[in-house]
Amino acid sequence: MNKISAISGNSGPKVRSDCEMVLELRDSGGIQIDIRSKVLALYGESIRAQCREILGFFGITDASLVVIDSGALPFVIAARAEAAIRQLVDTKLEFLPPMREDARRATTRDRFRFSRLYLPGNTPSMMINAGLHSADGIILDLEDSVAPGKKDEARILVRNALRQIGFEGSERMVRINQGERGITDLEYLIPHHVNVVLIPKTESAGAVRLIDARINQIREEKGLADPVYLMPIIETALGVERAFEIAQSSESVVALAIGLEDLTADLGVPRTVEGLESLYARTRIINAAKAAGIQPIDSVFSDVSDMEALRRSISISKSLGFEGMGCIHPRQIAEARKGFAPSREEIDKAKKIVHAFTVAEKEGLGVVALGTKMIDAPVVARARKTIDLALTLGFLSSDWMNEAVVEESN
Amino acid sequence: MAVPTVKNAAGREVPLEINGRPATPFMGVGKHKPTGHRYGPPVPSCSNFPSDGNKVVGSLEEALRLCGLSDGMTISTHHHLRDGDLISNRVFDIASSMGIKDLVWFPSASFPCNDPVIKYLEDGTINRIEGSMNGPLGRFVSEGRMKGTAVLRSHGGRVQAILDGEVRIDIAVLAAPTADSYGNAKGTGGKSACGVLGYAKADSMYASKVIVVTDNLVDLPCYPMEIEGNYVDYVVVVDKIGIPEKIVSGTTQVTKSPDRLLIAEMTAAFLEKSGILKDGVTMQAGAGGTSLAIAVFLHEIFKKKGWRSKFGFGGSTRYMVEMLEKGQMGYILDAQAFDLDSVASVERNANHIPYPVFNAYNYHSKGNLTSMMDIMILGATEIDLNFNGNVVTHSDGYLLHGIGGWQNCLHARNVILPVPLFRDRIPVIVDEVTTLCGPGELIDVIITERGIAINPIRTDLIESVKDSGLPLKTIRELKEEAERICGKPSRPDFEDEIVAAIKWVDGTVIDVVRKLKPAKSADDGKL
Repeated sequence: MNKISAISGNSGPKVRSDCEMVLELRDSGGIQIDIRSKVLALYGESIRAQCREILGFFGITDASLVVIDSGALPFVIAARAEAAIRQLVDTKLEFLPPMREDARRATTRDRFRFSRLYLPGNTPSMMINAGLHSADGIILDLEDSVAPGKKDEARILVRNALRQIGFEGSERMVRINQGERGITDLEYLIPHHVNVVLIPKTESAGAVRLIDARINQIREEKGLADPVYLMPIIETALGVERAFEIAQSSESVVALAIGLEDLTADLGVPRTVEGLESLYARTRIINAAKAAGIQPIDSVFSDVSDMEALRRSISISKSLGFEGMGCIHPRQIAEARKGFAPSREEIDKAKKIVHAFTVAEKEGLGVVALGTKMIDAPVVARARKTIDLALTLGFLSSDWMNEAVVEESN
Repeated sequence: MAVPTVKNAAGREVPLEINGRPATPFMGVGKHKPTGHRYGPPVPSCSNFPSDGNKVVGSLEEALRLCGLSDGMTISTHHHLRDGDLISNRVFDIASSMGIKDLVWFPSASFPCNDPVIKYLEDGTINRIEGSMNGPLGRFVSEGRMKGTAVLRSHGGRVQAILDGEVRIDIAVLAAPTADSYGNAKGTGGKSACGVLGYAKADSMYASKVIVVTDNLVDLPCYPMEIEGNYVDYVVVVDKIGIPEKIVSGTTQVTKSPDRLLIAEMTAAFLEKSGILKDGVTMQAGAGGTSLAIAVFLHEIFKKKGWRSKFGFGGSTRYMVEMLEKGQMGYILDAQAFDLDSVASVERNANHIPYPVFNAYNYHSKGNLTSMMDIMILGATEIDLNFNGNVVTHSDGYLLHGIGGWQNCLHARNVILPVPLFRDRIPVIVDEVTTLCGPGELIDVIITERGIAINPIRTDLIESVKDSGLPLKTIRELKEEAERICGKPSRPDFEDEIVAAIKWVDGTVIDVVRKLKPAKSADDGKL
């Protein structure tokens, strides 16, 4: 590398919680740091000390660094400094901020994924409080929401965010890039407690396996015990046709998502609110996912202001068999969680079925009836699933069976 | 020459003299009870005024000359025209061209449109501002460049200072959207309507000379008059008193920030679960995006429960007007209208009542409206571990806001501060506020996106929500969380020089702001 100056990060009147760094290597003169920041009086010295530490870590002794800061948190400053340095210095070193305890959370295969919030991977202001909105998952996106020229620095920022943000109870997801870049992304993500990797524009089982293999290789190298699950996103006609083999491609695949913007483009049709044009694709993906025993997950709903249309869309989505959707704004999360969770009526009905079945079982009755309707095994199984869901979501107390009896005797 | 200072009841080092006049240090909430009589302006005689009641003169300059504008006078203006005010600056343009020096400007608030007065502070036309200072004006003062010492008062404190003679207004220049030739004036009508003129009432009654400036002269009587012509010396008619689109924001908007919406939702949940919210509750919330969102959430609860608020106290917004019109609020008592819907509502709805701060907030009133309010939603730039609040300076030490009605509103039964835990990187919850504006004993609940802290003295509130499932934390836990995320901030460096005094509602000095030492941006280059 013989470049001597580099720029990283973002600045400007609308930029918040970020900074821009302009780094210029020099032959002599030591380190000169110039900080322009509205938090100068409060954090000027801290920013200066942090930048010095990072420059030193990468062995830089003579340079000028200009920091145009808009209130960036330390993990962002570190990411921006490292991103600038990496443009000028060929290094395998990584300047890692401490791994926070609450960021070490592992996940389970079949946890709910009703709502997952997309966050642009190079916009730190949106990441800091993202976990407060109770999404089932937070997706740090390295793909479409990051400008091509910003891909390298986004990786470092996302890595630091994974280490420094707990995201409260949300599952920690990252959408990687397509192809080779996506494989390289993994090195920056897997060692830092990612729960689920989203694979964009998946068209083959092979592509999933390649990523899975690379993930497992990194896990082994680093001695990581926690699982990393995969959620392939189907966004092309070819992907739809291969949905089942993609769903079955690896043990790590826990869900199959559909991306309707790209899919409708591939089909050459406009995307409508009703979504008739993608009905085949959606039902095919749902069927493939269910057949493979994983969760089918719906696309995002792109009109943030139209909550009524969002509710309708969720209702259709749930009735088709989807078990969750993507959200592009925190205000969509509550609707998604409410919409995909079982309704009061569904829970009440399931309570009655499971209760009647339990009573019948105790009394040794072969045939279970609720009112005038016979209840067979699949109905009971479905009711149990609903009860489990309601229990996990806190809609029912663990003692619901006794409470149900009390209600009836009253 | 150093002015002697003492530690006041809040533990702050304050001067015994400000701008050459004695000052009383803060003694504690409700402790200062001055005796004597209210200040009175000189006695006028009606025989000195035109018998036909026509007080119109040719220009503002003529009116100022007739009022005897001279060096060292105190000039008051109101801020109802907000950032669209074309009159205040004009007064000082005229004063400057007349060679007048050392004026004291006593506005009820200043806005960015008033930044041009900086040149008159520099050239000595104005000695000092006693009022709120934002943006470049605040910066100017913080850097120690104003000749006199700024004095910041709450809206109520301003009236207190007028009534007890602490500030004697020589000339009040009162812009009025509608007026008649006798000087009766109101805030509605015309092309520069601002709704109400509540902040100008005390000025009109207690100034030695009063000039009403209007761009909408109507036949006598201008009714209902908020400013009464009996108090007015001269009326001036100009083309334009203000820029309409800057007088009121066309519409006030609920916040779109997901984090602020979360805070608003938590605030509504807290008010509901604590039992503070009930049928007949009285309330006040501001016009900020979070406050508006809270109003919307509360409105939903009212509708759901069939409740209504007995009255709301303005600054009014369209969200309050909606409550009024849909039957979830009995009356709006209004000191200022924040948007066009509110301005229109004042005009058409008899239950939307102009209510000057003169009556609402004033320490020398025989009662205090704010102490009758159940719910008070306020903001702050900083809150410390003792629940003390700061609204005038940022954590970096710069004066950036006025006090507004904030201190006065602290007397409500339940003072709730919904604030973000940190703004960009700046923690809102700190060890000790940079500038003390309100004592912690009056601040009850802090609601942040990461938890709710209740003042330990409010054992009743703590009890009421202990099983609510709300994320309750101590204020120290909130502070530590903010510092864990942001890092512990340094304190700004101050010199000894006092640049501004912060008055408590009773006229005592609760704190001061000192001159800032600039922070260092460039490196010294040494390793």
